[in-house]
Amino acid sequence: MNQTVWKKRYSFYLSLLVLLVALGLLFWLEVNKSNYGMAVSVIQKSLVFSVVAVSMNLLNGFTGMFSLGQAGFMAIGAYTTAILTIPLSRVDGVYYMKGVAPWLKGVKTTLSVLPEPLLIVFALLIGGMIAGIFAFFIGIPVLRLKSDYLAIATLGFSEIVRAVISSPQLDRVTNGSYGLKNIPGFGVTQAGGVLPVGAGSLLIPFFFALTTIAFIVLVINSSYGRAFKAIREDEVAAEAMGINLLKHKQLAFVISSVITAMAGGMLAMYMRSIEARAFSVTLTYDILLIVVIGGLGSVSGSVLGAFVVTFAKDWFLRFFDSPLVIGGFQVPFLRMGFRMVVFSILLMIVVLFYRRGLMGSSEFSWKGIFRWIRRKKEGVETTKGEMIDYPDPPPAKPAPLIPDPPGAPQEGGRDER
Amino acid sequence: MQFGGVVALNNLTMRIDPGEIVALIGPNGAGKTTAFNAITGVYPPTNGFVELEGKIIQQGFPKGKMKRLYAGENAGKYTKSLSLTPDRITKKGVARTFQNIRLFKNLTVFENVLIAHHTNMKAGVFQAAFGMNRKEEEDMRKRSWELLEMVDLSDVGLEKADNLPYGKQRHLEIARALATKPRLLLLDEPAAGMNPQETQEMGDFIRDIRERFSLTILIIEHHMNLVMDISDRIYVLDFGRQIAEGTPAEIQKNPEVIAAYLGVEQ
Repeated sequence: MNQTVWKKRYSFYLSLLVLLVALGLLFWLEVNKSNYGMAVSVIQKSLVFSVVAVSMNLLNGFTGMFSLGQAGFMAIGAYTTAILTIPLSRVDGVYYMKGVAPWLKGVKTTLSVLPEPLLIVFALLIGGMIAGIFAFFIGIPVLRLKSDYLAIATLGFSEIVRAVISSPQLDRVTNGSYGLKNIPGFGVTQAGGVLPVGAGSLLIPFFFALTTIAFIVLVINSSYGRAFKAIREDEVAAEAMGINLLKHKQLAFVISSVITAMAGGMLAMYMRSIEARAFSVTLTYDILLIVVIGGLGSVSGSVLGAFVVTFAKDWFLRFFDSPLVIGGFQVPFLRMGFRMVVFSILLMIVVLFYRRGLMGSSEFSWKGIFRWIRRKKEGVETTKGEMIDYPDPPPAKPAPLIPDPPGAPQEGGRDER
Repeated sequence: MQFGGVVALNNLTMRIDPGEIVALIGPNGAGKTTAFNAITGVYPPTNGFVELEGKIIQQGFPKGKMKRLYAGENAGKYTKSLSLTPDRITKKGVARTFQNIRLFKNLTVFENVLIAHHTNMKAGVFQAAFGMNRKEEEDMRKRSWELLEMVDLSDVGLEKADNLPYGKQRHLEIARALATKPRLLLLDEPAAGMNPQETQEMGDFIRDIRERFSLTILIIEHHMNLVMDISDRIYVLDFGRQIAEGTPAEIQKNPEVIAAYLGVEQ
């Protein structure tokens, strides 16, 4: 049989190629921003949501913990970032009702020595840190609960966060229910003339998404990621194999919440003005939708799901919202809001035909595509099943623990598959 | 070991010396798996203790029991309650398999064994994520393949664990337990569902791993030929009480054991 062998480096170069093409595309879009405002906006939103989706997948899909607290952590991240990055000059305008708390103004004044990009990164990290601390402490009582109860507890936490943020007592810090505005966007505002105003509005969220998702993938592929999967598969067995349940669940919970909060901060920057209402349970459900559509247990699925859902909701389906007249005859149904009907129908189709999500629980792999093409070409019978991403193939037959007597046949090393 | 009003284990006292293979037998429902669960921390013992190599690893002390019961130099040692979670017990060197096989079904055979090495890994999350523990990781992988080789599963290493036939699943469970580097291995019905030849092979295998890994083994079994063949000593349970203890020869002749298993002649 004349079969080509797929070498690991083919995958590497292909990925590199795609990355460069994507960067090129983003760069071009940035330069032509004015003509493609809609596309830019949708891509930004997709990038932010892909980060949240991946971190939710880490918790729900990989560790099997049914947690519905994402909106709460996003709110923590969003508000922290917003509070810290609203320009000092605009602060009084934003906190118009009661005025900003003096200590907060003091903090902001101290921080204003930092150049804006640094301030933003700092704010994002602080938001993540605060969320992580919360996650750590709530985790202690809550993570012992079993699935449904965990869901309710985290849901409750999420709502509590929202209530606390909008409470009148915190008016001078979070501006209570009036919301925060004048949050800086992704593009740079003062670059000393080197870069045009607004540059980086696509590349910055892209790199943010790249780094956070890369980190999560690294964790998943490490021994700890395997421990998470073990917990998902069978908690009792995992414990018997020496995996401390509380410690590992907390680890997953904290990592997920830190990244979710940072994505919340990015969301604040995307929306430019936020209010607590935006971080209700509905937001969590939106993300859960993305995760489930993409596939629980698949990182590439979450990213794909984020893009597909965001594009569908905010772009492609806009067509269905405006009335359409063909040859004097008005097409029925097409009016504001109809796109949600279409969206729901598409959703049901996906759920019916891709029961385990678009990617199931397998990841995107060049090798997988290569095999799929080859199978189609050769017409080989395939079973419709999961593609298990193969780890390193077994090494050349390892030296047996009891050595063979001399004269036994030697087996050569196996080729890389 | 008491659950509410049900006394599942009543005064079970076992002593296992290093390197021994001890069997725990008895009719169904006698409390054998409960004993395993009490030892490994799935249930904290309500009354009694488990001692491993001189150190107490589990201890239950019902309220109201007077502390002066244990006087002398060991007084403090036996009067404090201690219940460790199963993962801590495993870290102390006690591994177990399950009666109704608890494998990580959707993961590959290789991953099942590899995960069991996680507990002995020294690296933290960030070190592991950023690849700073490459040597450790390689060692873990190599050892996993070796273990699979030993139970004859290296050719199906990349199959989903759920797809294996029953007998191989049992082998995988044992390989997985071995990966945690135990000193004491608790096997819960390792030969369940096997035909006589497979049972014989399992017996050879158990003796083999005892040699190779310097293990001490406690085994629950119903296949009497296997039990009589490989055990050094046997404890017999019936309705939670220990009714006999001794070498295989002694147990076979013990009238109470015969009564428990076969019923009393009228």
